[in-house]
Amino acid sequence: MAGRFSRLPTETGIAGVLVLVCVAFSVATLSEERPEGAPAGEALAKQVVRDRPSEPVLIVAGTGRDDRIFAEVLEARLKAAGIHVGGAVVGTPADARDVFVKSGVSYVVASRTAARWMFWEKSKHGPPISPQSHVWPRFLTADNLLNVANQVAVIAILAAGMTLVLITGHVDLSVGSLIALSAVVGTLFVRRFAGAEGATTVGMIACCGAAVLVCGLIGTLSGLVVTRFAVPSFIITLGVMKMARGAAFRASAGESIYQLPDGFVWLGRGADLFGIPNAVVLMALIYVVIHVLLNRTTFGRYVYAVGGNVEAARLAGVRVSAVVVLVFAINGLCAGLGGVVLASQLKSGSPTFGVEYELYVIAAVVVGGTSLAGGQGNVVGTLIGAFLLAVIQNGMNLTGVGSYDQQIVLGAIIVAAVLLDRLKTRSR
Amino acid sequence: MTPPLLEMAGVEKSYPGVHALRGVSLTLTGGEVLAVVGENGAGKSTLIKVLAGAVTPDAGRVTVAGLPVPSGVPARAKAAGVAVIYQEFSLVPALTAAENVYLGREPGRYGWLHRRAERTGAAEWFRTLGVPVDPGAPVRTLSTAQQQIVEIAKALAADARILVLDEPTAPLTPPEVDRLFVVIRGLTARGVGVIYISHRLDEVFRIADRVMVLRDGAHVSTSPVAGVTRAELIERMVGRTLDQEFPTRSPRIGEPGIVVTGLRRGDVVHDVSFHVRRGEILALTGLVGSGRTETARLLFGADRRDGGTIALDGKVLTISSPRDAVRAGIALLTEDRKNQGLILAHTVRENFALPNLSRWARFGLLDRGRERSAFAAAANRFRIKAADPRARAGTLSGGNQQKLVLAKWLERNCEVVVFDEPTRGIDVGAKYEIYQLMQELADRGKAVLMISSELPEVLGLADRVLVMHAGRITGEVTDVRQATQEQLLRLAMG
Repeated sequence: MAGRFSRLPTETGIAGVLVLVCVAFSVATLSEERPEGAPAGEALAKQVVRDRPSEPVLIVAGTGRDDRIFAEVLEARLKAAGIHVGGAVVGTPADARDVFVKSGVSYVVASRTAARWMFWEKSKHGPPISPQSHVWPRFLTADNLLNVANQVAVIAILAAGMTLVLITGHVDLSVGSLIALSAVVGTLFVRRFAGAEGATTVGMIACCGAAVLVCGLIGTLSGLVVTRFAVPSFIITLGVMKMARGAAFRASAGESIYQLPDGFVWLGRGADLFGIPNAVVLMALIYVVIHVLLNRTTFGRYVYAVGGNVEAARLAGVRVSAVVVLVFAINGLCAGLGGVVLASQLKSGSPTFGVEYELYVIAAVVVGGTSLAGGQGNVVGTLIGAFLLAVIQNGMNLTGVGSYDQQIVLGAIIVAAVLLDRLKTRSR
Repeated sequence: MTPPLLEMAGVEKSYPGVHALRGVSLTLTGGEVLAVVGENGAGKSTLIKVLAGAVTPDAGRVTVAGLPVPSGVPARAKAAGVAVIYQEFSLVPALTAAENVYLGREPGRYGWLHRRAERTGAAEWFRTLGVPVDPGAPVRTLSTAQQQIVEIAKALAADARILVLDEPTAPLTPPEVDRLFVVIRGLTARGVGVIYISHRLDEVFRIADRVMVLRDGAHVSTSPVAGVTRAELIERMVGRTLDQEFPTRSPRIGEPGIVVTGLRRGDVVHDVSFHVRRGEILALTGLVGSGRTETARLLFGADRRDGGTIALDGKVLTISSPRDAVRAGIALLTEDRKNQGLILAHTVRENFALPNLSRWARFGLLDRGRERSAFAAAANRFRIKAADPRARAGTLSGGNQQKLVLAKWLERNCEVVVFDEPTRGIDVGAKYEIYQLMQELADRGKAVLMISSELPEVLGLADRVLVMHAGRITGEVTDVRQATQEQLLRLAMG
């Protein structure tokens, strides 16, 4: 138990910052919500079902498009819930009054437009039940949060692999290009070998799997060169970055590939598990796997040891080269998966995908508390770091911060995170 | 009366667990060579560092020509005219000889280099020193002896009046040594005072006017070289009293465990052959740089060997990496614990676990319960005093760090344990515990190889002693009880 607590401080700092930022954006985006159309119908249906009125219900709405949808949705939901609907009026105030007076129904539900009609005041039952406006942060809506999670998925998947690389004291700059290569190779294979728009699920999985493996192979090769010739990974992966980008352009002849079946977007846009996007589920899976790898396996311990003191690790009998190559291979696989997810989200494969992603990914890892010097860090921090950057960007979008200013802010956050890390290590 | 060129008085310095200097004083007049001798760890390098301003002493003062020099400020020492030439040169390899001579004090104005003045100035210094060096040649293309001359020229160009030479002849050939001595005589003729630090007593008698002996951080004697013999110097360096206690035991020595034949690597290890029997503690001693540590690293596969075989219990081992050695049952406790033995930023328990992880894992998945209980047992057995298994290894004292390294290796049931300077930087109490653990290992039938510069330790602990000099084994002492430190030192000096 004590172990759990003593581990807290490393991630609590950054998690606290994430919470603070969320609270700040929630306050900043507080606004009055006036439900219209389908959401209003849904919300009101729930309220009526809770009431369970003993008498029939009369639905009243104006002639606008939102009102018509409101009435349709509401009627359908109430009927589905077994509530007796005495009638539905979609029309002018005069139509509504006629039906209202004739039917003698007292339980009336109206759209926001219809609720403002004058004749309700003369009725002995008072105004009808209508959708209430309420104050709620635009940041904190389910739609927006899912949107953030969806956007963060690709970056976070890449950052998981990058965490391993940085812990060993290396760096891999090629991941942004690998995304493009993976997306292009995957979609190209679907177009050429799996029947383009007519591709089957198995065919698509095989093609995307091949694309991921290509990236894993490239990562492995980077790792082999780095360890075999004892050269800095920075410069080797810089070269690989250019080569992979060029290869993506060459393979696609510089164009985006769109000839994909509708089912291709399942991974990127589907949400099959309690409404959680599939990309987010994949991301979570990868994080669980890498977290277990780092904390529960000998390989994970060797990753830390190699980054902490390569000579001490070697003298302790650790196969340093094998560990580093494997880490680069895993990182390549993660980049490949990220590319497939991005292609699925955008239903296309383009050689321009993922430009500068490597910097964004490294920033997420470092903000998450992993040291560039190696030997320290974990994926939990990385996940929080990736979310922090995404949330800040999303919040700035919602509060209308211009895109130029957004870049300045994100840059400043990276600088601040590294300085914070430096202060932390110095105080040790 | 003019004050002496240099005076150091009552210099004291303590590091945690080590009293490096105990009130050392010296005077140096212009135009003389003062030799400073002593065993490894006698305090010579600390004394130089205090003089150079690299180390702040706990007490004592340094005055140059009567003026006090503030301690702990390298720039002030330099300005006072002190120049130290360490064994590791401080030259920029890619810059030319001339550029190095004037590094940091380039001739010129407003940041604009006067390259011709730089070159002619440097050439002038090389001519004065009487050694041909091309001022325009990059330093990395020069020989070691030429680089040394560049260092000396650099010191002189900075108006040095006190020149400290730390083991200057170690990397030189005999003709180069002769030429260096001519240079030194030329410097003293110009009124420069030279402090000459060396292990090579014959050189001390050739070049020095006076010789000062340090032992365990204390000043033993300073006398003109004419009034002292080589034997007397060695006697003073070693001292008569053994102030350390060693646990006693009656060794039960068995069959040869590890047998090394014809080990060699470049020009650091030449054809080294030896064996360590099971139950035996074999000491390998010699001066720093004699090839002892290099031999151990070859045995462990940490460096690639050019030739030689290693056999354990009659079976030849293929060792090409530390991993091979570890799997064969060999453990190496390196001299440099902080950089090679431990990962200081990681926890005590993680360090303990590193070479043992595979034994506590199934299909790569770690059994952390076994890791915890193994560590708890080992910490208890080795009396590792860590408040918390999750404390960083860097927070432990030297003695506890060494016990931690020992524990991590012994968890593996090694058959051969190599200790490189096992008690360096460790306080007396912890030393005794380490000695006990080493003897316990031998008594359990392991082959124990100990590399040590501390002669009392070698004599007090080993069952047999090998002495190395210049990459070769130059002597063997089987009757350790009858051996003396003088005997070992003589063998070590070749």
